[in-house]
Amino acid sequence: MPTAIFGSLEAGALYALMALGVYLSFRILDFPDLTVDGSFVTGGAVAAVMIVNGFNPFIATIAAIVAGFLAGCFTGLLHTKGKINALLSGILMMIALYSINLRIMGKSNVSLLSEETVITKITEFWKQLKIDDAIQTGLSAIGIGGFIPKTWAILFLMVILAFIVKVGMDWFLKTELGLALRATGDNETMVRSFSVDTDFYKIFGLGLSNALVAFSGALVAQYNGFSDVGMGIGMIVIGLASVIIGEAVFGAKNIIRATAAVIGGAILYRIIVTMALRVEFLETGDMKLITALIVICALILPKVIDRQKEKQRKRKRLKAMKQADAEGRGQNLAAVKSDL
Amino acid sequence: MLQLNQIYKVFNEGTPDEKVAINHINLNMSPGDFVTVIGSNGAGKSTVMSVISGKLTPDLGTVNIDGKNLTELSEHKRSSFIGRVFQDPMAGTAPSMTIEENLAIAYGRVKSRGLGLGVNRKRRDFFKEKLETLHLGLENRLHAKVGLLSGGERQALSLLMATFTEPKILLLDEHTAALDPSRAELVTQLTKEIVSQYGLTTLMVTHNMQQALELGNRLIMMDKGQIIFEVDEAAKQELTVEKLLNEFQRIRGEKMNNDRAVLI
Repeated sequence: MPTAIFGSLEAGALYALMALGVYLSFRILDFPDLTVDGSFVTGGAVAAVMIVNGFNPFIATIAAIVAGFLAGCFTGLLHTKGKINALLSGILMMIALYSINLRIMGKSNVSLLSEETVITKITEFWKQLKIDDAIQTGLSAIGIGGFIPKTWAILFLMVILAFIVKVGMDWFLKTELGLALRATGDNETMVRSFSVDTDFYKIFGLGLSNALVAFSGALVAQYNGFSDVGMGIGMIVIGLASVIIGEAVFGAKNIIRATAAVIGGAILYRIIVTMALRVEFLETGDMKLITALIVICALILPKVIDRQKEKQRKRKRLKAMKQADAEGRGQNLAAVKSDL
Repeated sequence: MLQLNQIYKVFNEGTPDEKVAINHINLNMSPGDFVTVIGSNGAGKSTVMSVISGKLTPDLGTVNIDGKNLTELSEHKRSSFIGRVFQDPMAGTAPSMTIEENLAIAYGRVKSRGLGLGVNRKRRDFFKEKLETLHLGLENRLHAKVGLLSGGERQALSLLMATFTEPKILLLDEHTAALDPSRAELVTQLTKEIVSQYGLTTLMVTHNMQQALELGNRLIMMDKGQIIFEVDEAAKQELTVEKLLNEFQRIRGEKMNNDRAVLI
């Protein structure tokens, strides 16, 4: 059990970058961007093919980010210059990317098992620091030494990476460019009257969003040891799930809080899925169904809770009024009658 | 400052819904002119605003600002020297962003946008100073989201945002129409103060005749895509709502009998 949870924490940190990308398009730009399903694979495919062909894994990952940026820009071009509906331009790009991803990889699956990847490199680097041993002794001391993950490197470094990206995003969204980007999603008429080229910002914002998604895809491919053409299916829903769960659980009062919530949401989502898959009759294939159910719950539950709270508040109010009524019956009734 | 030459715009040309929105309009505004525009619905007032702001391009004619022909310049490029306040208080501000962030976006109109912080200490002081001129206490609520402000406060903020960078042209499109009478009066007063403070060349559309008389040094009346009545500075002082209505009746009435061209 701890091993499974540990794995879900690692995966959650990797997918957090994708969730931040989805947050950028979905919340900041107010653009439901389905390109994500394709650009996630594009990231994995570009990184995998370059690594197999002997490139440095870090360079391969950067190339993957650039590829994702371009994919996002194309969706933006379709929407702004081609005047195609937001959802449709994302879907078109997603479908187009499926074939492009197959072309990039040359086959439907590229294995990275014997290759040197970003993940193996940071694991090696981590080993030299000897932190694992220290943690292990620490854990043994408090009596849970029985659970031994292979390494803490991925979890630590990926959470740090997610937070670096988060802090960078928080900062960017406060710059002049960032403010214009946010306002483009908030009120297009207004920003255009302040000489903001909304088309440019939409294209650029979608590029950034998909760059993060492809970054996540590249890391996930290296983490799993393969890139598969089908690994992006339902990715947008997972991204939305992370954003919505995060906001529901951790709150989204301002940008700094919201981006932290998205990372938390991505990790939480993985934990929920891991727990759900441990239920006897559920299979791995049920994961997409579970994801859909989680999103539905995250969307409906907060509203139900709010309504319950509201009802309770009204009931209290009514009770208080009745009590006041009982205390001064005569006067109160008279007052009501004279009101009529 | 602003010149409209023979502007002509038709919608749905060649269909039964064809409508000539602007029929060869000429307008010449000198620097510091404040022109109020009145006219019934469908007279073409808003279309004139859209043509000036670049939201629509005219079918014929040119728009010149400061001697430069801007007819084909895109809306966002043009807006670096055109300030606009819309009728809808929601339209002029970004609701999920704070007051200071909104001001920072407005400030970006005159400066190219880069990776510097949108709101730094120097700017915050500057924004505060500007907000104080509204006398609404907004300078103490810099971090409040604009969505939480009332319609009147928002419209006052929109007005400030449109003007504090001193645009060459200010376009006010019925900017007090959606407010209650007391708030409308407040925004009208602010408009008066701000326009005279910066000496802005202003074009204001309004349905409120009283407001049209109270503000500005010139007045034009539009009907069916044409300017049917024009009042200069001297004559405007003498004008009353009644006279204006009579004039409107007279022109409209005569129109039934006479040839259109005679009147214009």
